[in-house]
Amino acid sequence: MTTSIRYKSRIPVKTDETTEEKQYVGFATLPNQVHRKSVKKGFDFTLMVAGESGLGKSTLVNSLFLTDLYKDRKLLNAEERINQTVEIIKHTVDIEEKGVKLKLTIVDTPGFGDAVNNNECWRPITDYIEQQFEQYFRDESGLNRKNIQDNRVHCCLYFIPPFGHGLRPVDVEFMKALHEKVNVVPLIAKSDCLTPNEIKKLKDRVREEIDRFGIKVYQFPECDSDEDEEFKQLDKELKECCPFAVIGSNTVVEARGQRVRGRLYPWGIVEVENQSHCDFVKLRNMLIRSHMHDLKDVTCDVHYENYRAQCIQEMTSKLTQDNRMESPIPILPLATPDVETDRLIKMKDEELARMQEMLNKMQQQIHDGKEQ
Amino acid sequence: MSESIIPPEVRPKPAVPAKPPHVVAPSPTAPHGPQGLGSGHLGGGSTLLGYIGIDTIIEQMRKKTMKAGFDFNIMIVGQSGLGKSTLVNTLFKSQVSRWSSAWGSEFKLPKTVEIKAVSHVIEEGGVKMKLTVIDTPGFGDQINNENCWEPISKYINEQYEKFLKEEVNIARKKRIPDTRVHCCLYFISPTGHSLRQLDIEFMKHLSRMVNIVPVIAKSDTMTPDEKNEFKQRVRKELEVCGIEFYPQKEFDDDMEDKNENDKIREAMPFAVVGSDKEYQVNGKRVLGRKTAWGVIEVENPNHCEFALLRDFLIRTHLQDLKEITHNIHYETYRAKRLNENGGLHPISANDTQESNL
Repeated sequence: MTTSIRYKSRIPVKTDETTEEKQYVGFATLPNQVHRKSVKKGFDFTLMVAGESGLGKSTLVNSLFLTDLYKDRKLLNAEERINQTVEIIKHTVDIEEKGVKLKLTIVDTPGFGDAVNNNECWRPITDYIEQQFEQYFRDESGLNRKNIQDNRVHCCLYFIPPFGHGLRPVDVEFMKALHEKVNVVPLIAKSDCLTPNEIKKLKDRVREEIDRFGIKVYQFPECDSDEDEEFKQLDKELKECCPFAVIGSNTVVEARGQRVRGRLYPWGIVEVENQSHCDFVKLRNMLIRSHMHDLKDVTCDVHYENYRAQCIQEMTSKLTQDNRMESPIPILPLATPDVETDRLIKMKDEELARMQEMLNKMQQQIHDGKEQ
Repeated sequence: MSESIIPPEVRPKPAVPAKPPHVVAPSPTAPHGPQGLGSGHLGGGSTLLGYIGIDTIIEQMRKKTMKAGFDFNIMIVGQSGLGKSTLVNTLFKSQVSRWSSAWGSEFKLPKTVEIKAVSHVIEEGGVKMKLTVIDTPGFGDQINNENCWEPISKYINEQYEKFLKEEVNIARKKRIPDTRVHCCLYFISPTGHSLRQLDIEFMKHLSRMVNIVPVIAKSDTMTPDEKNEFKQRVRKELEVCGIEFYPQKEFDDDMEDKNENDKIREAMPFAVVGSDKEYQVNGKRVLGRKTAWGVIEVENPNHCEFALLRDFLIRTHLQDLKEITHNIHYETYRAKRLNENGGLHPISANDTQESNL
């Protein structure tokens, strides 16, 4: 004890820095390491757009991601569309910005809501989303999990027409069919045909109807209490703005001396990125700049887990019905076995049976040997 | 074409007076309307030796019709929220739609297509018009819209039936109340792509029954280029599907009509914007819509085609709409009915409403 004190008094007192260094382990750099790794790996994001045709979905997607995904699109006329059913079309584009790579997949749903009889027109869409979940579930439960491709839909932008007085029956039914499978973000499309008063009234109505019908749209997560005031203010504004009233544009016009994305009318110019004209900037910030990761998290943690739990429940109830042995890892029945995998499976099965036989023989021999 | 009365001075060889503007050319299927005033010749082509004053009959007609007043029934069809009621209010510069009676009431989407007729008497320049606006809430708003035009075609046929019954009556009224639909304004949603299936189905089923005037609603959502493209595509689609909207090509009387109507057909469907609010623009008060980037003037031809629609519908073709309805659509219905039952029997006023039709 005394020696240390003596030593301590002789050794010059070290500065705070080095004492801190002694207590400093260094795992505070973890976020940076994660950041570096993920930047190398790149991100992926799947966005679905749904709504009647002619609401400006393609234009909005092009405006959001500053690309032209629909260059070779041919618009069908009404005759050709008489027998059209709802299709699912995927466009993939790789975007890179400041060294960060994003693999963006846009899932389009042409034909939705266009027919005279639109009963269950959302069925192909819910089937598609569940297929992606199933695929991921299979991959997750499979043997080789290194390169799982995540095709799950992270967010669904639903376009509400501005011409109505609120939500229409088809809007309500669609959102109710999807709100527990995917993050639904409702938007008011082509909002440049509404005056500011009309936008406010429509938003209020839509919000009220969403509450009334119990539709669970994507909720922005609450701010942490230690975030700064500015961020909290922005977040509050964002929440109050929902559903966003958006305008899209593929053309650049001259306004106030600058070249901006906008629409040129005889009575004025609508600027897409002007916050007093529409909520496009808020949508873009929310979707890309602040909440992209949260959307993915909610998809993984909530929607996918719900699906998984449901799936497992169904399977276990089926298994107990059939009185088969409970397997530790739930195995999904193979959907469409193709010939090659069938053959391999047969081969492996036979091998297993042979090995099992050999094992039994060996056990028998040992048993006999013991007895002798 | 002058309307002034020629002063009664004796002229040796007066020029043949021009065809009076308000008179229908004599046609074989016109039971109503002034007869045989097409020219100033007597039968045989002899020239007049003095001024008789036949052309004053126009003035007499005018006075009579002004006293009697006009009936006009317009039906508006389209999905909810396309600005139908606002447009009709703007057209007739008064609150004539069904919302005027229940202002501020809660908007409810009906489960089936309803037919709501509201009548108002409006007066201008001594001329009284009994305007009936027939609204069709619920059209095209459900998830399954199959056959949603049936209540509408049923209503139209019912009006024809009513008129037919009155006509066939023994003791019939001097002026049969006319509730037949003279014009059907069909509102096309401004998607910018093409017509929707529902639009085509509706117009196919009804263009032979009633005069359909398609309009592009809420057209302030499209830039001028988009508007033109859309209109062309819509016109082409209507042609391909064989839908004849008003003014129909087959009912053009003569070259003059044809030229005038051709011009109108080229410009249809009119892209309109409706509003009942006024704003100050360049020192004038105009009807319009005020947005953050400018004021859309309803009556400015550069902004939208409302003025064209109004002139066409009210100032030039109002009477023609009624005549086509009466002479053609109603007659088609009547012929069909006559052929169905092998003849109509006139009913005496003492009989009950039950008819032998």
